[in-house]
Amino acid sequence: MSPENKYDVIVIGAGPAGLSAGIYLSRARLKTLILNEGVAGGQMILTHEIANYPGVEKISGYQLANIMRKQAKDFGCEIRNNITVSGIDLDSEEKKVTLSDGTTYTSYAVILTPGGRPRTLNVSGESDFKGRGISYCATCDGDFFTGKEIVVVGGGNSALEEAVSLTRYATKVNIVHQFNHFQAFSHAIEEARSNQKINFIMQSIVSSFYGNEKLESIDISDLKTGEKYKFNTDGVFIFIGYVPNTSFLDDRVKLNQYGEIIVSNDMETSIKGVYAAGDSIEKKFRQISTAVGDGTIAALAATDYTYQLKSKLKHELIHK
Amino acid sequence: MLYTNLKHIESAAEHQKVINENENVMVCCGRMGPMCIPVYGIMEELEDKYKNVKFYDMEFDHPDAHVIRRAPECSGFMGLPFTVYYKNGKLIKATSSIQSMDQITSVLNKEFGVPVNA
Repeated sequence: MSPENKYDVIVIGAGPAGLSAGIYLSRARLKTLILNEGVAGGQMILTHEIANYPGVEKISGYQLANIMRKQAKDFGCEIRNNITVSGIDLDSEEKKVTLSDGTTYTSYAVILTPGGRPRTLNVSGESDFKGRGISYCATCDGDFFTGKEIVVVGGGNSALEEAVSLTRYATKVNIVHQFNHFQAFSHAIEEARSNQKINFIMQSIVSSFYGNEKLESIDISDLKTGEKYKFNTDGVFIFIGYVPNTSFLDDRVKLNQYGEIIVSNDMETSIKGVYAAGDSIEKKFRQISTAVGDGTIAALAATDYTYQLKSKLKHELIHK
Repeated sequence: MLYTNLKHIESAAEHQKVINENENVMVCCGRMGPMCIPVYGIMEELEDKYKNVKFYDMEFDHPDAHVIRRAPECSGFMGLPFTVYYKNGKLIKATSSIQSMDQITSVLNKEFGVPVNA
């Protein structure tokens, strides 16, 4: 193992939790590496405008992510983006993380902040028509559907709010939702219900996508009657929540039934020296500010752990 | 205005010059949105590795971006960004919507060759 691949702490994920951890760890003079599967910022960069982050009146998610990334780097934190973790060994005192390019890094402690990703329907044709009629972003792709009839899948806040925003472009928006009630806040439900352009198809799911060069129709299955019917549409927007990016852990740390990492008050996982923070942990509220708080706690706990372990190992070496 | 660290193409004439003067070119035509930003980020990461490819972005809403928006290879595209690949001035591959690092490197390796240091 080359010395340059040895770190005090490795953080996996560079959303607000991971970057906050990077800031605190580097500032505590720990050699820190953040390994990140995408672009630094996580879900934060997907937010057009943030108006509820304390101390900042209004800022885009992209800008806030860039500031956090710069802060971490300025304190000496190293960041590797767009990597894929292919192997992970967390059980011994020396933790090992291997990437798909074969590089292995070691550390005394690991902080897991892999965040989440939009949930997909995972039905026939979905991957074929992504960008050709299927979208996960109303702000990005809404104007391609000007004058067309479209479908929104989901029943939470994002689904209803985005359905309302899509009525600026579409002639009609059909909301397909699997339950007979919505999980969204009452004000979002009221706004959607009062919009004349929105139609509700409840207790139903989208089960297939069809088309040639682009999406032309879908199958809708009625869960009450079991009937399946074809529905012609040019566009489907899918907003059915997020799933934690924890599959790479392969149950090495304790997860709940939703795949979220179970942590203590100090953000420690079921493995000593392994901490977790942000959207991938078991918790009720997911905000940038809560992720920052989680990342800070994880970093402070990992700092204590790392200095104690280094001191113990040094002591053992002297008395060998 | 795209505030990325990539080189920007700001007119149809510049677009033509770039694809004429460079053998291998990748252009991401988008906005500063959630589906586009990850692609710009991946391109920024790949610039050092793929020395044989020139990486650019172009603002989707710029009037001159019709050179990409209206390309026959992009017909049917209904998701940003439109990412296009040129070899010797000819558009050889186009993708719609967000792409992963693996998807992009797979196109680059297939169309332009695996870089020596890969």
